Amino acid sequence: MSNIKKLTSKRLFLPVFCMLLVMMVNILFDLFSGNFPFSFFTISVRNGVLFGRLIDVLNRGSEIAILAIGMTLVVSSSAGTDISVGSVMSLSAAFCCMLLAGYGVSSANELAVPLIVGVLAGILMGCFCGAINGALVAYLNVQPMVATLILYSAARAVGLLLCNNLIVYVRDDSFKFFGGFCGFIPTPIVIAAICIVVVSLVLKKTALGLYVQSVGINKKASRIAGLNSARIIFLCYVVSGLCAGIAGIVAASRISSADSNNIGLSYELDAILSVALGGNSLGGGKFSLAGSVIGAYTIQAITTTLFAIGVSTDQAPVYKAIIVIIIVAIQATPLKDYFRQRSAKKATLKGGAVR
Amino acid sequence: MKKKINSNTLLLLITIALFCAMYIIGCIIYADKGFTHLQTFLNILINNSGLLCVACGMTCVMLTAGIDISVGSLIAMDCMFLAVGMENWHMSPVVLIPLVLIIGIVFGAVQGFFISYLEIQPFIVTMAGMFFARGMTAMIYSKQISVSSNELFKKLANIKIEFPFGSYVNRKGVEQIPYIRIHVIIALVVLVVVFLMLRYTKFGRSLYAVGGNEQSAIMMGLDVKKTKLKAYILSSFLCSIGGICYCMNTMSGSVQQALGLEMDAIASSVIGGTLLTGGVGNVIGSFFGVLINGTISTLVKTNGKLLSSWSSIAVAALLCFFIVLQSVFAKIKDSKK
Repeated sequence: MSNIKKLTSKRLFLPVFCMLLVMMVNILFDLFSGNFPFSFFTISVRNGVLFGRLIDVLNRGSEIAILAIGMTLVVSSSAGTDISVGSVMSLSAAFCCMLLAGYGVSSANELAVPLIVGVLAGILMGCFCGAINGALVAYLNVQPMVATLILYSAARAVGLLLCNNLIVYVRDDSFKFFGGFCGFIPTPIVIAAICIVVVSLVLKKTALGLYVQSVGINKKASRIAGLNSARIIFLCYVVSGLCAGIAGIVAASRISSADSNNIGLSYELDAILSVALGGNSLGGGKFSLAGSVIGAYTIQAITTTLFAIGVSTDQAPVYKAIIVIIIVAIQATPLKDYFRQRSAKKATLKGGAVR
Repeated sequence: MKKKINSNTLLLLITIALFCAMYIIGCIIYADKGFTHLQTFLNILINNSGLLCVACGMTCVMLTAGIDISVGSLIAMDCMFLAVGMENWHMSPVVLIPLVLIIGIVFGAVQGFFISYLEIQPFIVTMAGMFFARGMTAMIYSKQISVSSNELFKKLANIKIEFPFGSYVNRKGVEQIPYIRIHVIIALVVLVVVFLMLRYTKFGRSLYAVGGNEQSAIMMGLDVKKTKLKAYILSSFLCSIGGICYCMNTMSGSVQQALGLEMDAIASSVIGGTLLTGGVGNVIGSFFGVLINGTISTLVKTNGKLLSSWSSIAVAALLCFFIVLQSVFAKIKDSKK
C-alpha cells in the first residue's frame, strides 16, 4: 500500500502512466484486429529514413512538444494559459511563407529572400505576438486568457491578410528541410530536442527556473524579495511566442505552404493538455519541463491511436476534452480534500477497531 | 443635485458615442450604397440576434468574474442538432426546440459544477467544453446540411414583421418596406428579461455581489457556489436560445458554424462596459457592444473590397483598446485610494 502511494505521489507518475496506458491500448487494438501485436513499436528503415508508428508519434508530436515548453513557463509564472499559440503558429508560418514567396504570390518555385531571413522573420513575429500578450498580462494586469484571446482570433486573421486569403506554396527544397529529414532522422525531432535541451539548460544552469517558480507561487512576495515579477512574466510570454513561432515554421515546412486556416488548429488544447498531463498544476507555481514534454508525446500518441481506431479529425477533440476535464478534476483541491478526509475517517475507524 | 459620473458610466458613454460616430461615418461614406436606410440598421439586428442572446448570457457570467468560451461551439452544436433533427430524423421543431434548450441547461450545469464546486478555472473548463461541443457537432453529422424540408420551421423563420414607416423606393421602382424577423423579437425579449432580472431580482443582485467581492458575499450569507452554478446554466441556456435564433437566420448546420463567436460575445460585453474582474456591467452596454460589432462587419461588407478578416481584426483591436482602457481606469482608482 505504502509503495503504491510512494509511486503515485511521484511527479512524473501521471504522464508515464498515461503513456503506458496508451501503449497498452495500441497493443490490444493490434491484437484484436489481427495485426502483429507490437506493430506500434517496430521501427524499420525504408528509403534510407526511419519508419514506424513510434517514429511517427515522435515526429508529429514535435510541434506540441515545442509549444508545451513555452506553455509550461506561462502556466507556471502567471497561473494562466496562453490560448493564442495555435493562431500565432499560423501567423508566423504565413509571415515566413509570404516573405519567402513574395507578397501576393500564391506559388513560388524560387525563394524571394534568403531562407534564413524568412525563417528568422517568422520566429521574430512569434516573439512579437508573445510580447503583446506579455505586455497585456504583466504590465496591465489583464487576466492571461482574456489577453491571449485577442490574438487567438486576430492572429489567424492577420495571417490570412498577409497571404491575401490564399494558400501560399513555397516549392523549394531548402525550405522543406525543417519538416523533412536530417540524415535519416526527421528534422522536427531534432529541432524539438534542441529546444528542450536549450531551455532546460538555461533553466537549470541559471536561477531563471527558480525565479519563474517563485513568481508563480507568490507574485507579491517575490517582488518584495527583489525580483522583477512583471518582467519575468513578460519574458515567459515572449518565450511562449518564440516557441509558437518555431512550431509554426516546422508546421509550414511540413506541407511546404502556409495554410492559415488550418495550421495550428486546436493546438492550444493539445499544449495545455500536455502541461496538465505532465503533472503540473494549472494554478501556477512549481513545474516540471520533463513532465510536459512526456505529456506532449503522450497526447500525440493518443491522437495517433484515435486516428488508427478510425476517429475523424473533427471528432478527436471530444475525447481530448474529456481527458482534460478528468485530469484537471483529479488535481482539483476540493476533490483532494474530500478523499483525504475519507481516508482519514477510515484510518480512525480502523484504529478504533484494533484497540 | 449633480450626479457624479464614475468611470463605469463613462465607459458606457464612450461605447454609445463610438457606436453613433461609427454609424454616422458609415452613413456619410457609403450614402450611395444604401447605408442610410432604416433596413441597414434592422439587418444588423437580424444578423446578430443570436449574438445578442449569447452576449446577455456572457454578461451574466462575466459579472461573477468568470468567462464562458464554449458558446460558439454550443451554437454550432445546437444548429447542427436542429438541422439534422429536422432533415434526417424528420422531427418536428416543437419537439426539437425544447430538446435544444434542455441540452443547453445540462451543458451549463456540468460546466458550472466543475467551476463552482470543484473550483477549476472557468477558462479551462469552458475551453474543454468548447472543443467538446465542436467535436460533438462533427459526431452528429460531419457535412454541411441545410434546412429545407420542414415547412413549420421555414414559415417561422420567414415571418416578416413590417414597419409602417421608413419605406423607400429602390432603383427598380419597387417599394421596400423595412422589416424584422421573429428571432429579433426573441432576442430583444431576452435582452429585456435579463435586464430586469439583473436589476430587480434577488438572483440578479447576488450575481453583482459575488463578482464584486466573493469574500464579502460569503460573509453576507450568499451561497456563492450555487450562484455561480446558476450563472453558467443561465449562460448556456441563453446560448441555446441564441442557437435557435442563429439557425433561423442561417437555416443550416455546419461544423465550422459560429467559429469565433465567443470572441464576439466577450468583445461585446467588454466594449459595453462589463469589467473582466466582475461586479460591474449591464446588458444595455452589451447591446451596444453587439451593435458596434454588427456595424463593423456591415462596414467591411459594404466596402466590398476589404477581406472579411478585417472585421475580426477590427473587433480584436477594439477589444484590446477597451481592455487597456479598463485597466488604466483601475490603476487610476487604485492610486486614488
